[in-house]
Amino acid sequence: MKASLFQKAGMGIFIISSALLIVLLFLNKYRLTDAALERAVTDPSERKMLGTALSPMKGIAYQSGYTFNENIEEYLERENQHISSKFEITDMDIGNVISQFPGQDIQYSNEKITNAFDTTETGRFKARKLKDYTSWMNERQYESEQGLREQLENTRQNINTSIINDQGFSDYKIKALKLALTRHSSFGPVSENTTLWLVLTIGLGILGALIFILPKLKLLPGIKNDHVFHSANTGRGWIGYITGTLLIGFYVILYWYPEYMTSWMLLVDPISKVLNGHEASQWFFYGFLYTLAIGVMGVRMIIKYRHSKYHIIRTLSVIFFQVAFAFLIPEILIRLNQPSMDLKNIWPLNYTFFFDYNLSTLTSSGTIGIAMLVWGIILIIIGVPVITYFYGKRWYCSWVCGCGGLAETLGDPYRQLSDKSLKAWQIERWMVHGILVFSVIMTIGVLYTYFTGSSMLLGINTYDIRSVYGFLIGAAFAGVVGVGFYPFMGNRVWCRFGCPLAAYLGIVQRFKSRFRITTNGGQCISCGNCSTYCEMGIDVRWYAQRGQNIIRASCVGCGVCSSVCPRGVLKLENKDPKGRFGEPILIGNDSATIRS
Amino acid sequence: MKHIVIIGNGIAGTTAARHIRKNSDYDITLISAESKHFWSRTALMYIYMGHMKYHHTKPYEDRFWKKNRINLIHDYVEKIDTKQKQVTLASSPPLRYDVLIIATGAKPNKFGWPGQELEGVTGMVSLQDLDRIERYTQGIARGVVVGGGLIGIELSEMLHSRNIPVTFLVREKQFWNNVLPEQEASMISRHIREHHIDLKLETELKEILPDKNGRVRAVVTNTGEEIACQFVGLTAGVHPNTDLVKSTAIETNRGVLVNEFLETNIPDVYAIGDCAERRKAIAGRTAIEQVWYTGRMMGETVAQTICGNKIAYHPGPWFNSAKFFDIEYQTYGNVKPQLGANEDEFYWEHSSGKLAMHFVFDKNEQTFFGINTFGIRLKHECFDQWLKEKVDIGHIISHLREANFDPEFFKNHEKDVIQAFSGQYPEIRVASRQRRKTLGIF
Repeated sequence: MKASLFQKAGMGIFIISSALLIVLLFLNKYRLTDAALERAVTDPSERKMLGTALSPMKGIAYQSGYTFNENIEEYLERENQHISSKFEITDMDIGNVISQFPGQDIQYSNEKITNAFDTTETGRFKARKLKDYTSWMNERQYESEQGLREQLENTRQNINTSIINDQGFSDYKIKALKLALTRHSSFGPVSENTTLWLVLTIGLGILGALIFILPKLKLLPGIKNDHVFHSANTGRGWIGYITGTLLIGFYVILYWYPEYMTSWMLLVDPISKVLNGHEASQWFFYGFLYTLAIGVMGVRMIIKYRHSKYHIIRTLSVIFFQVAFAFLIPEILIRLNQPSMDLKNIWPLNYTFFFDYNLSTLTSSGTIGIAMLVWGIILIIIGVPVITYFYGKRWYCSWVCGCGGLAETLGDPYRQLSDKSLKAWQIERWMVHGILVFSVIMTIGVLYTYFTGSSMLLGINTYDIRSVYGFLIGAAFAGVVGVGFYPFMGNRVWCRFGCPLAAYLGIVQRFKSRFRITTNGGQCISCGNCSTYCEMGIDVRWYAQRGQNIIRASCVGCGVCSSVCPRGVLKLENKDPKGRFGEPILIGNDSATIRS
Repeated sequence: MKHIVIIGNGIAGTTAARHIRKNSDYDITLISAESKHFWSRTALMYIYMGHMKYHHTKPYEDRFWKKNRINLIHDYVEKIDTKQKQVTLASSPPLRYDVLIIATGAKPNKFGWPGQELEGVTGMVSLQDLDRIERYTQGIARGVVVGGGLIGIELSEMLHSRNIPVTFLVREKQFWNNVLPEQEASMISRHIREHHIDLKLETELKEILPDKNGRVRAVVTNTGEEIACQFVGLTAGVHPNTDLVKSTAIETNRGVLVNEFLETNIPDVYAIGDCAERRKAIAGRTAIEQVWYTGRMMGETVAQTICGNKIAYHPGPWFNSAKFFDIEYQTYGNVKPQLGANEDEFYWEHSSGKLAMHFVFDKNEQTFFGINTFGIRLKHECFDQWLKEKVDIGHIISHLREANFDPEFFKNHEKDVIQAFSGQYPEIRVASRQRRKTLGIF
């Protein structure tokens, strides 16, 4: 069907609203005031220190968020330098300490350090630090002054590098402050007319999308893949490249530069306040947009496949789980002062489940916290294997999961872009199982630290493993590549190559499950629709044309291969596991038993 | 080492090559002028409609052939010399063979219509045809498709996908009425019109008119109507491609003549697939069978014979399938367009006009002969077995549920079918016991 004028208008509205959403980020101005500081920073002493450090910025109206943040960073770095020079332990300080131990055969005692410093704030700080850092040296003998000096030099270096963390602004803290300060110093059109802007961007976006989508109801029900590969969007053309680039940009800002998306947070503040009583974080905005994407594109999915009840039901299912479990329930839990949790997000996809802060929150939140902890563990050790045994991994991946939900709705137009080569399958197996192993090791490390208090396991810092995992897998892979690469490599890049839970579900599905895709005798004509539209890059045709059940760890059971088959060859089934791995056999040729 | 040369890399030739490789260590050479690699001809329409690209239609990755030591030659065979056991190629050196398999496929029928060679007129069989269709249909105002069969409806759907108005000329009273019985032929005809195809039944092509540049300008039908168009698709069936064989000692009739072992009259020369014609047809089947499945099965069978396990080509009960726009079709056994003297029928159609089942059985013995099913998928395995066991119609109707192959959650219609059947044939006992799933899922 050629897009009607009406549909084109819808697409126009959608594009304009999306452009406005981007423009919106540049509309507000930024002015640091005491009131803004008050809202951004709760700790009074920290606020006071910040106020002094950032005093040159106060009252200045910044046109650009970039300059504003650049200035924050500059002034805080300057403050850091100041703090360093003030609290740094100098050569002279070391000399003073050593002079407390005259002569040969020194016996060290950290009690003597106090005498080497004055009683100013700086002096007391230095003395305290040195005492702490050298307590292990007490009673030790040093043959000469030289030995002691070497020891103290090392200690001094350690102390000096920790000073910024203790007294100044660490990188991590600067990051958080930039976001908080930008958000609360923001003023201008977006703050003044929040509702109007919400309607113009998100509201119009939904309207435009629906105007484009709904007229597809006029088409007769059935598979409609006309021009999928002719389209500059779905055929890896220029529109696809632009879309992918924008998505990647969005995720980079979301994960690493949220201070530049504060206007979007303002936009959804009213909604956030209704739901959880707080101002919106970047994650609230993301969750809101994510849920809308699944909802609106879910409508498209249902219309496109409305001849198939299987697709209608499972699309409604992913919409439900996203709206209720991923979006509303966690927000309402916050409002009820309970630990917030997406109750269907299972470890190791939910890789922070066993993190110390999560365990502490859950174990200190009474019965409901414990119940959540137990529920999460039950899902991992009983839920996954048992339900996967009965229905295959599809029960999760294409019916419940949020990542799967986005892939099956927003990502559906790109499913045909997955790589079906044997090479891709080989890479996939190494990668996805490698990440499963990585996530397990990371979690073991985290738990080890949680229970023993020691952060070193086999010579590796468990905090380092988890931060590497969070950066590489949690953010870069799942977000940037997982969604940003839809228009390049299909809608299941994360699920196929990266998701450790998919790997776990896949192992169960491959070896112990009733699920399989059966083929219909000798009816396959090798046309290739099934393989082309398999989002997981399974070469379905390879099996269908030789009459072999399709049993693959990666199959998420979306059912599209069966739908696009023009000859009724494929069927997703849960059946007696007996005969699941049957010999491939084609029916129809009685000349001889033909094993394909 | 024996050298097997196969001319034609369609489903028949390719299947033969694969199975010879499975069962022997012979040298295998697969020659095609059409394409370097095997591709699925059945997917031709999907390339034009943008569902797939050419590379998606290749059932095996390009590295497959080298790995399986099947030597591919992309060239045109000019001559077969059965005495020297040698084939001459257009641009490569001649090839000696020990065994030759002819799998040259079929060509579109052209019945000597005036103007059939004009620019803008083509059949639809090969990749080259696809190129032509692509070229000829750029920016045109109307296309005419001549011939109401499986390729005709595909070509109509293709043009329709590009928003090109289509006039579809069909000689029979309803679409594909020479194969489908009246009831379902009417149903599909209605569906074609629902897609805004200008379906002209009982209408034949008389002449194709050129414009001053020698391009198609219009067609004239047997009713004298002149239809302005810029493209004409000739889809009135295909015939065996025997061009290469005609000048040799290999005997031909309409196709390359073969016996039950798919051997031609010349030793070590076989013919399979669309180009082959049985000297003596198998009972209940035609001498030339031009569907994907028969091509594949002949390939499988000839490979056995060539590898020393000499067996006759003996296909099981007939089956086929197709898709008419949005309506899927499968058939098992024999459902003829007209009932035979000894036959009785039961036709069920859903109120939507998109689902139907047509059963044919022996009037007296009630033995089941065949079924056409539309919009409801049925299991090949069940019907293959039932047809071989010669079960009666009551058994089929009673066990219809077991043969259902529709996706999960699809509405079951067996109850309706049973009810309708019992209404029409109260004397035939039908057991309707259906196991219901708890909550529909367990």
